Amino acid sequence: MAKNDVKVLGAWPSPYVMRPRIALNIKSVNYEFLEETFGSKSELLLQSNPVHKKIPVLIHGDKPICESMIIVEYIDEVWTSGPSILPSDPYDRAIQRFWAAYVDEKWFAAMRGLRSAQGEERKAFLDQVTEGLALLEEAFGKCSKGKAFFGGDRIGLLDIAFGSFLGWLKVTEKVNGVKLLDEAKTPGLVKWAERFCADAAVKSVMPETEKLLEFSKVLAAKMKGAPPPKN
Amino acid sequence: MAELKLFRTWSTPFALRVVWALNLKGIQYDTIFEDLSNKSSLLLQYNPIYKKVPVLVHNGKPLVESLLILEYIDETWKQTPLLPEDPSERATARFWAKFGDDKVLLSVWNVFIKQGKDQEEAIVTAQENLGFVERQLTGKKFFNGETIGFVDLAFGWLANLLSVWEEICGVTLIDHEKFPMLSEWIQNFAGAPIIKESWPPRDKLITKYQALREVYTSKEAPK
Repeated sequence: MAKNDVKVLGAWPSPYVMRPRIALNIKSVNYEFLEETFGSKSELLLQSNPVHKKIPVLIHGDKPICESMIIVEYIDEVWTSGPSILPSDPYDRAIQRFWAAYVDEKWFAAMRGLRSAQGEERKAFLDQVTEGLALLEEAFGKCSKGKAFFGGDRIGLLDIAFGSFLGWLKVTEKVNGVKLLDEAKTPGLVKWAERFCADAAVKSVMPETEKLLEFSKVLAAKMKGAPPPKN
Repeated sequence: MAELKLFRTWSTPFALRVVWALNLKGIQYDTIFEDLSNKSSLLLQYNPIYKKVPVLVHNGKPLVESLLILEYIDETWKQTPLLPEDPSERATARFWAKFGDDKVLLSVWNVFIKQGKDQEEAIVTAQENLGFVERQLTGKKFFNGETIGFVDLAFGWLANLLSVWEEICGVTLIDHEKFPMLSEWIQNFAGAPIIKESWPPRDKLITKYQALREVYTSKEAPK
């Protein structure tokens, strides 16, 4: 497939944008990465995703596909010669999709809350995040069945969904002075995170924690309305 | 013979999606009605994280979250497919079902629970969202084309619950002039045999939601 047949509209810090990129890497599909400028939305983005006006968007030929996990499933269904991202058994697929939705709707929502919260509220969000990680540790045990990833021997849907947040998880640990992934409480996830970040499909698109930390300061300043700090 | 149990309440639109999917495919199942103010230990065992209905239990294995249950049903029983075969059409179907749950339902619910100026603003947002949905019906009888499919089931609540809420609030969100295609879809969907036979009793729905609206609107003074 010619490189410019597949485009991903996105931005390097976004965990959601990482997801289709990892999926395309798993399938060894060449694509053009069109980076959006922080703070503005390109014409192409507004045209391709008029409903949400958000990244990522996958443009395959002339067809735009939106919503990161929907894009990942699309990639799995189109490029069938590459390794499968979803398992073949319907029940296993349902479990992967369930936890991917949990990560997005419950767990990362608590992580985002933690970013801006103060005092008592902060503790509440931290508890939610930690409880979520305990659930995910248990899920990892069940899904991996002793293998390297949630998807088994290879990275699958849930690895992509959860793993894409690891950069921001590390930033949150640094900013809040907490350990979220912990050898004592979440030993399975600690090792899984190392393997995920080291995987060939992930390495080139996972941002460095330091870069992400700097970006998070810019983002925080923008949200407060102050001018961004000078590096 | 596969063992299939559906945990539901008499009114939840989310469980109705599962009822419709199973009925469309001609699949036999047992129904367990839950009282959400007194959840059974079985329900809590099968859905410990969300503690909600619907839950579909297939050969002892629980499935939760209605749209995920629909995908499971479609992948397990291949007759009367709910999702199209083409990957980009499947992605489109999933997109609109998600938009329905994440944006449309929430914005319509906001119209229902609010009043005064807040409600006026909620109406604007809800109708913007409904506008996107309306355009998806261009040239089609159902969202899925000639037959009912995944997106139709996802939006099924628009074909009965919405009119209950509209009646209680005295607000018309989907009027024939602004939303001709959605209005026609509502007629077609609501009148389809499999769908028609499973609507919860309308008078019971009115009573239930009337009471709910009173709870929400008594919490704040109208603006």
